[in-house]
Amino acid sequence: MNYPSELKYTRDDEWLLEEDGVATVGISDYAQHELGDLVFVNLPEVGDEVVAGEAFADVESVKAVADVISPVSGEVLEINEDLLDDAALINEDAYAAWFVKVGNVTDKEELLSADEYEAYNETR
Amino acid sequence: MCKKTPLYDTHVAAGGKIVEFGGFLLPVQYESILKEHMAVRQEAGLFDVSHMGEILVQGEKALDFLNYILTNDYTDLQPGYARYSPMMNEKGGTVDDLIVYMKGENDYFVVVNASNCDKDFKWMCDHKIDGVELTNVADQWGQVALQGPNAEKILAKVADAKYIPQEYYSCIFDCEVKGIPCMISRTGYTGEDGFEIYMPADKAVAMWDLLIENGKEFGLIPCALGARDSLRMEAAMPLYGHELEEDISPRWAGLKFAIKTDKPCDFIGKKELLADEPPRIMRVGLKVTGRGIIREHMDVYRDGKKIGHTTSGTKLPYIDAAAGMALVNKEDREIGAKVEVDVRGRMVECEMVKLPFYKREK
Repeated sequence: MNYPSELKYTRDDEWLLEEDGVATVGISDYAQHELGDLVFVNLPEVGDEVVAGEAFADVESVKAVADVISPVSGEVLEINEDLLDDAALINEDAYAAWFVKVGNVTDKEELLSADEYEAYNETR
Repeated sequence: MCKKTPLYDTHVAAGGKIVEFGGFLLPVQYESILKEHMAVRQEAGLFDVSHMGEILVQGEKALDFLNYILTNDYTDLQPGYARYSPMMNEKGGTVDDLIVYMKGENDYFVVVNASNCDKDFKWMCDHKIDGVELTNVADQWGQVALQGPNAEKILAKVADAKYIPQEYYSCIFDCEVKGIPCMISRTGYTGEDGFEIYMPADKAVAMWDLLIENGKEFGLIPCALGARDSLRMEAAMPLYGHELEEDISPRWAGLKFAIKTDKPCDFIGKKELLADEPPRIMRVGLKVTGRGIIREHMDVYRDGKKIGHTTSGTKLPYIDAAAGMALVNKEDREIGAKVEVDVRGRMVECEMVKLPFYKREK
């Protein structure tokens, strides 16, 4: 399992990268592994508001659907349209396959460091 | 408490992701559902189906009993052959669907769904007639399913030719494969050619290891429940708890081929079937033409009017499309017509299509 140290993580298995006031969000390698082969992603639209702690997207494997919870509150500036055509990109590299970029961030969930998230996953 | 099949430790050691299903702890996948699905369509896969239940129906009235509690007609079934049937309740719904194997005169081996085994056995006992003996032998048997276009080559590598049933839905009792006693039938739940092999529970691991080892050169991989479900869906085979239920008529589920209302005896459910002719609800295939995945228990709308609900659905790997099955009002069922499915509040456009989604070339 892969835990890049430059990222922050949530207990709901999203990752977050903050750069110049923009938060890029995706799901962790642990999450893609638990979900299995992903076949569909439903993303919000540019301009939509996302709220910390609430679902903003969902991912579907052959067997299951999972909500993706936003780690931040803000406005969707950009979505990764490649995922709409090929959800398997998330299985290939969960950290390259970002979901959304969020700006005007006003609120954040409690975030874990890579070490903390790895330790958390070992207890699950 | 969940039961474990005799192969539980084998699945865990092989990295199977374990879930609860039908009261058993079984793997939902090993490495990848997609990979397992494609292996069965293109080469071969091996499934642990030891959770399935087995019930012996014996005695001088065994045939009359089967013809009374099941919708199919067993009168002309011969020893060494199998026949599928729904088992109906007195309200026109379905208790279970099952396969009857004829071992000999007055001697039948019935295979039922894991989650229904105790219910079925009680149902059979409650409706038993004189001259019939019923025995629940589910705990004594292990079962593996060897499925896919290479299944016969793999079996031929380990089993004597006389133990390989040639016809679909035929079976050979009292086989022996490398010293393992077993029953081999040419049946399956994937839409591919293949075999279901029954052996004493304590021989299941030996049979599994033997087939995995000898099947490698033919592309055989272990497969789990996730692929079993997507394979049966692509082949449009009903699954109890989805297309069949206590309140779903087998006629609605598209099982007319296994319902013989003209057989020369009464049977449980016959009156209700005749009263529902033509059936008011029918199964239909749905292919997603919009964006999304449809799954079970989602409402189906045509021109804004609710016409039924989905019973199964996912992304089907071999046809590479999101699709599913639904039960809809007969008058609204029209192949080619557009419908919408309510996917967690989002309307996803679909088209009604003929089933199955996949049929193998013979």
